[in-house]
Amino acid sequence: METSRRNFLKAGGACLLGLTIWPAVKGFAGNSTEYITSSKALTGEKWGLVIDMKKCWPKYQEGCRECFLACQRAHNIPDVTNKEEEIKWIWTEPYENAFPEQEHEYIAASIKGKPFIVLCNHCENPPCVRVCPTKATFKRRDGIVMMDYHRCIGCRYCMAACPYGARSFNFSDPRPFIKEVNPEFPTREKGVVEKCNFCAERIDTGLPPACVEACPAGALVFGDLDDPNSEVRKILASRYTIQRKPELGTHPCIYYLV
Amino acid sequence: MNDSRYIITGLIVFIVLVTFPFWANAGKAAPAPAPSLDTPAIQQLPEKQCVEATAYMRTDHMKLLDEWRTQVVREGKRIYVASNGKEYEMSLEKTCLECHSSKAQFCDQCHNYLDVQPDCWTCHIEPKENK
Ligand code: SF4
Ligand code: SF4
Repeated sequence: METSRRNFLKAGGACLLGLTIWPAVKGFAGNSTEYITSSKALTGEKWGLVIDMKKCWPKYQEGCRECFLACQRAHNIPDVTNKEEEIKWIWTEPYENAFPEQEHEYIAASIKGKPFIVLCNHCENPPCVRVCPTKATFKRRDGIVMMDYHRCIGCRYCMAACPYGARSFNFSDPRPFIKEVNPEFPTREKGVVEKCNFCAERIDTGLPPACVEACPAGALVFGDLDDPNSEVRKILASRYTIQRKPELGTHPCIYYLV
Repeated sequence: MNDSRYIITGLIVFIVLVTFPFWANAGKAAPAPAPSLDTPAIQQLPEKQCVEATAYMRTDHMKLLDEWRTQVVREGKRIYVASNGKEYEMSLEKTCLECHSSKAQFCDQCHNYLDVQPDCWTCHIEPKENK
């Protein structure tokens, strides 16, 4: 069969046109499925937390650990007693460890050695995200630094990169160490890293983080740092706050009132 | 032509060996799984219909679940609008297993038959009822 140059070009043109309008045809064909965010989801551009330790301490001294327990229950965090293999999402560090650059000889007794609640800072410029070779650690549009455990290969680059020790590695199967299993949230498996997810699963369904909700002293204030009218921004505008290791340029989204 | 005896014997031995797996297993085919989907939750459904048509779920559930995972974990989108317009939460624990409450019946039978080992359950929590 002979094809003239003219016919060949015509056929080519028709094919090209077909390809261009194909997506539209598919769209009109009906029976399309969709993925949507829940209408209840909290919306924000940059979630953050202001932690008022002065409100926390009196309760903390009485033994209150509500925020840790709520987190543990919500996320099936194993209670590994071996210090070297501990899994931590939210915990306390003495002032000198949490804010090493602030430490000096004559530090006020009211702060010296005091416990500070620490967790992943959901950094605006997160080194953990930059180093993760599989993109298992990534930043969501609302600022949450999130992990996709399906993709984590356990290389632990992120642990080396995080300057806050906010990440833990599962050296063994975490399941035997989970006290009370929440069947609605997956556990992790041996060989993956885990950390605080800012309760993405709750935010997406309209609830504040579990720790914020659980604190009886109201020491944790959650909100959108991008919204000048949010409660967190109002506190930041009116009171002196500090961040952990701001000199590193990670731009933490967790602020502390001291 | 003197070697034809050896050649023919050799060929027979070869053919027997190569076809060994076929005739050794002839007639012993494992029965196709017939999972019982009859769970209390399904019985209570007014219309016994999964999130999509059964034929599609049978052939494509893995692709659907893979997409659900991407949407939930990476995009923060948690609601699936099915082709019939109904909305479902994209959750293995909260949606799939709500009805398919027996992993042994619903997942394992076919996966074992086909010898595939998806590693969902090292992290996702399997339902209690498991017969
Ligand atoms: S605190 Fe650590 S784990 Fe969290 S975002 Fe920053 S670098 Fe990543
Ligand atoms: S351990 Fe996992 S999350 Fe961390 S850098 Fe490696 S793959 Fe990424």
